[in-house]
Amino acid sequence: MKTKHLVLGLCLAALSFESHAQDVVLKGKELFGDISARQIGPALMSGRIIDMEAHPTNPRIIYTGTAGGGVWKSNDGGASYSPIFDKHMQSIGQVAVDPNDPDQTIWVGTGEIWTRNSVSIGDGLYKTTDGGSNWDKIPGFDNSERIAGIEVHPSNGDVVYVGVLGALWSDSEDRGVYKTTDGGKTWNKVLYIDQKTGVADLIMDPSNPDILYASMWEHRRTAWNFNSGGTQSGLYKSTDGGATWNKIHNGFPAGKLGRIGVAVAPSEPNRVYAVIESEKDEDKGLYRSEDGGANWKKTNGDFSLTVRPFYFSRIVVDPKNPDVVVKGGLSGSISRDGGNTFKPLGNMHSDIHDIIFDVNNSDAMHVGTDGGVYRSWNGGTTMEIVNNLPLSQFYHISVDDAEPYRIYGGLQDNGSWYGPSSSPGGIEARDWVRVGVGDGFRVLKHPTKEILYSEMQGADNVWRYDMERNYTKNVKPLPAKNSADLRFNWNAPMAVSSHQPDRFYMGSQFLHVSENMGDTWKVISPDLTTNDPLKQDKDSGGLSADNSGAETHTTIFTIAESPVDQKVIWVGTDDGNVQVTKDGGANWTNVVANVPGLPANTWVYHIEASVHGAGTAYAVFEGHARGDMKAYVYKTTDYGQSWKSIVTDDIKSFARNIQEDYVNENLLFLGTEYGLYITVDGGANWSHFTNNFPPTAVHFLDLQKRTNDLVAGTHGRGVIIVDDISVLRQVTPEVLAKKVHFFDTKPGVMVEEGGFGGGSTELQFVGPNPGTSVKIKYYLQKRHTFGKMSMTIQDMDGNEIVKLPAGKSKGINIVNWNYTGKSPKLAAAKTFSFGGFTPVRVQAGMYKAVLTKGKDTYETTFEVKNDPKSFITNTERDAQYKTSQELFSVQEDLAYMVYQIDEMINKGKSAIDNDKKAARAAQPLIDELDALKITLVVTTGDNYVGTAPPQLREKLSSLYSDVASSYEAPSAAQLDNIKLLMERFDTAKIDFEKIKAKRLGKFNKYLEKAGMEAMSFKTQKEFIDSQE
Amino acid sequence: MKTIKLLVAVLLFSFVGITQAQTADEIVANYFENTGGMDAWKAVKGIQFEGAIRVQGMELPMTMVQTTDGRMMTKAEFQGMTFYQGVYDGSVLWSTNQMTMKAEKMDAEATANMKLEMNDFPDALLGWKEKGYTLEKLENETIDGTETFKLKLTKEPAIVDGVEVPSVKFIYFDMDNFVPIVEEEEINAGPGKGMVSQTKFSDYQEVDGLYFPFSMMAGAKGQPGGQEIIIKSIKLNPEVSDDMFAYPEQK
Repeated sequence: MKTKHLVLGLCLAALSFESHAQDVVLKGKELFGDISARQIGPALMSGRIIDMEAHPTNPRIIYTGTAGGGVWKSNDGGASYSPIFDKHMQSIGQVAVDPNDPDQTIWVGTGEIWTRNSVSIGDGLYKTTDGGSNWDKIPGFDNSERIAGIEVHPSNGDVVYVGVLGALWSDSEDRGVYKTTDGGKTWNKVLYIDQKTGVADLIMDPSNPDILYASMWEHRRTAWNFNSGGTQSGLYKSTDGGATWNKIHNGFPAGKLGRIGVAVAPSEPNRVYAVIESEKDEDKGLYRSEDGGANWKKTNGDFSLTVRPFYFSRIVVDPKNPDVVVKGGLSGSISRDGGNTFKPLGNMHSDIHDIIFDVNNSDAMHVGTDGGVYRSWNGGTTMEIVNNLPLSQFYHISVDDAEPYRIYGGLQDNGSWYGPSSSPGGIEARDWVRVGVGDGFRVLKHPTKEILYSEMQGADNVWRYDMERNYTKNVKPLPAKNSADLRFNWNAPMAVSSHQPDRFYMGSQFLHVSENMGDTWKVISPDLTTNDPLKQDKDSGGLSADNSGAETHTTIFTIAESPVDQKVIWVGTDDGNVQVTKDGGANWTNVVANVPGLPANTWVYHIEASVHGAGTAYAVFEGHARGDMKAYVYKTTDYGQSWKSIVTDDIKSFARNIQEDYVNENLLFLGTEYGLYITVDGGANWSHFTNNFPPTAVHFLDLQKRTNDLVAGTHGRGVIIVDDISVLRQVTPEVLAKKVHFFDTKPGVMVEEGGFGGGSTELQFVGPNPGTSVKIKYYLQKRHTFGKMSMTIQDMDGNEIVKLPAGKSKGINIVNWNYTGKSPKLAAAKTFSFGGFTPVRVQAGMYKAVLTKGKDTYETTFEVKNDPKSFITNTERDAQYKTSQELFSVQEDLAYMVYQIDEMINKGKSAIDNDKKAARAAQPLIDELDALKITLVVTTGDNYVGTAPPQLREKLSSLYSDVASSYEAPSAAQLDNIKLLMERFDTAKIDFEKIKAKRLGKFNKYLEKAGMEAMSFKTQKEFIDSQE
Repeated sequence: MKTIKLLVAVLLFSFVGITQAQTADEIVANYFENTGGMDAWKAVKGIQFEGAIRVQGMELPMTMVQTTDGRMMTKAEFQGMTFYQGVYDGSVLWSTNQMTMKAEKMDAEATANMKLEMNDFPDALLGWKEKGYTLEKLENETIDGTETFKLKLTKEPAIVDGVEVPSVKFIYFDMDNFVPIVEEEEINAGPGKGMVSQTKFSDYQEVDGLYFPFSMMAGAKGQPGGQEIIIKSIKLNPEVSDDMFAYPEQK
């Protein structure tokens, strides 16, 4: 009664909020409710690591800052890691542990600092004071873009120095060394050079916190060039806590300087190492100072010390031995003689970015590479990979229509792969197939054949791979007589046609088309780019030449053939042209001038040709490579004659990709540098999707047509799937105004699976499967907190099949049902019997989900179907169902009999305990029942190797679980066995009745005489429903 | 009478709660006030819960008894067998081994950590200051689609694998009515180590003037699924005896 009042009160309270519900907008976290993403990795090739950090005293704790996958913490000495920074920008520059409070206070500077062409961006500085559960954003660093150093005072955690490398693609005043003395509330910029020169390294002397070394680096990237070095680069030292700084170049090479890495030997702080990029090749290399940087001497200029300074400048000194110094590099190298000579680190993924030593044991090292974290137990000679860091960095993603569908994509420095969207036991490392080497980009499946196309950087190889024969052919387009040299982007575009399965497109500055899977090529366009010679610099790198091809510009970047009309082809270029042909390539029009509010020459990252009209397309532009971090997304419905912007301020960062829904034109998915955004109203409002989807850079999206799964290729967290987004098609203001609304339930398919899977260990990442349950989805306007709420599944006559835990969140709730009812109640015994955990699977047909919320009920109906791939006939299924039901009942009949036996034995025993004379009537009853019981259930032994021989219950139960968990009719052997056991049970029933007839009357008489209550039993239904 | 007071409180707070900043102290005070009153909570000596763990179609019936002097017992009956989980008499922590169905003591560390929890019943927040805990209000968060106040409760540090680790719990209170709807804690031992456990509370109902969640959904944060614990009945201040909690030497 009281509860009702409360519920009523709450309803009243809720009613007063109804007015707010009227103007509900289609956005926000609650829009998505229970729709949760599935992170499937893979982790076998992992991804780029930027910075590693050890706990100062506890070697079990290690932090890893990654290029695009956030911060991960190990609390088992590096055996496994868990993410601790999933609500924030995932690109990390620096992680620092406060030595004054190392278990709780950690600083994270975002924005990766090994500035390759494909780097992401950061958005400032963060601090946790609870070991990573919650992070505060520290004001003042919103525009820092990249943070390269954080140093915390060893005895006063309020004093912190932060080195900001700053903007990579533009001038910025947000660079230099910053200092706080109040734990981050206020900051002073204590070292600043100019708008082009940022901090590449910031190191505090471990013995004297007033001594700091800061290396300043002049550098700049554009889309077509990289320049490292200049007159402003240099190494600075402060001995007064950052108040004054002096260049310490005595012994440094002359001329311009580039990136400099610094390290102080913890066990001998006057020993300082610097790895220097300089103007002359012969000067480049490692320098050592024995006097705190006053004088320098070059010790080594080998390849491993000078290779790609912008990518590898980290040097680390063994905490116990000043002569042991390790340098990042192509392979990483280690010196044991103070930097004079080096040998490579052990065999691991190339491109080593950071190294840490175990604080107590220098033999143990943890190394961050382009392919994850490796650990060594023998001083860096043997390396083993950490298997549970799903940091894979996809440039592209695509799906096919296999069952389960497969996901294809290429990764930064980790080749090209495909893997399944589900797999028995979960998606494991062994499920992924390599289909390319080098840097991988697009991987496209042939629409009808078991053939795929993959590529490596700059289209150096374009492979046609026969998946059945494991056979490759290089089908790269090449220049022909009288044609210009081809300019392929690092991330060269490919496309297949939905109209002509053998058609295959590639883009250089021209559009190439092949009608025979790449065997022969035809150019069907003029140069579609601006062909601006100023953006075709062949001499990239600055002080260290770096002509990898990564800066090739004025190229085609995206190709889209209209799924409605194959003559309509869209091409977008990296220098800002949107070209369209309506006649299969005979005539091209550059329509970019029609795009309103778009800065000229903004990179066309993606064009999505719509299924909703031949002239309809979406274009995603982005200008991050010139410092423009805004999202530009437009829609046209008239072949590009006019464009409408469909972005809002809801979107925090620049976007690279859009995916339209194939059914609801207003439902769109946007991949941005800060995660996934979704609109259900054509772009009027966008909502950030954060349910198990960190704000990692989403480079590409695809929508699987059969399952309606949205598949995201992220650049740092692998493949992330939002299963079945079709419910979002049904979200309208009318639905949101209702208290409870059931969405249409997609028919559930009882997939017939009975295989084995799972070969992974605890330390290996396994991606979760989507499951095969039917998903019942409903919307709640308000979270259910007070009063009862439950869900039952019923047949169409209203008979309850099972109770399910109901979702109670505000927004969309999803309840899974695996098509089974209750498990049978088994007879009490001495051991568990598996049949008691096995329910009967329902038959195909219509069912109801009934939601009871307080006094109100809501229901929806849905269909359950048999597996369409099954070879089992309906007659066989009926036999399976009928037999399962029969065995279910028999077990409960047996349970009821054993219950009665136990009641009588107990009563008999307690009567004897009370009065020895009772034995005359009770003991024969007890003895005969005991003799019967030991044939019915196991009464001795345990659940493992002390197990007793099975009796009727155990045999029935085992048979039942075999039949009930099968999909086929019971076998002849099973039927024979059933007959045998049923006969045995029939005999037992007769024996039971005989004992009762013979002995119970006497016992009851005794009870009556003794003034005790006569034997009475619950009814079978009461017994079944009771808890014990 | 209490109900009316509660009703008024709920209605009142559902309007003022959202706009006004609340301190951690006020949130906790409102929580106890709205769920029966501080005095009533302090008067609780023990609670017996009857319920079940629901896993798909199956319900595992269980009984749980906890007392303010720190003893606890959970037992489940299934197929005629009784097994005990996390039984604590104030000094020995034990459970039933499911292979032998015999009682076995838990390891010394788990037992020592359990000892630290003795003063946390019926609620760790009850008298948190006197217990030396710290409570901090963090930024409000939307969880389960609902605006909540988020509090961080730090208790005595626990010992895990020989090393002291902080014992921290995050509690999310529905802004409309100040009852906890979600609790989170880092899992610091076992296979889920490093992950965050999340328990969602709902179906609050009244028992002798106090409000209890009758449904608890326990799982890992960010992961779908989990197990629902449903409460069927609650008995306040049940009769308990020492042998309910004592380690059975020959069981």
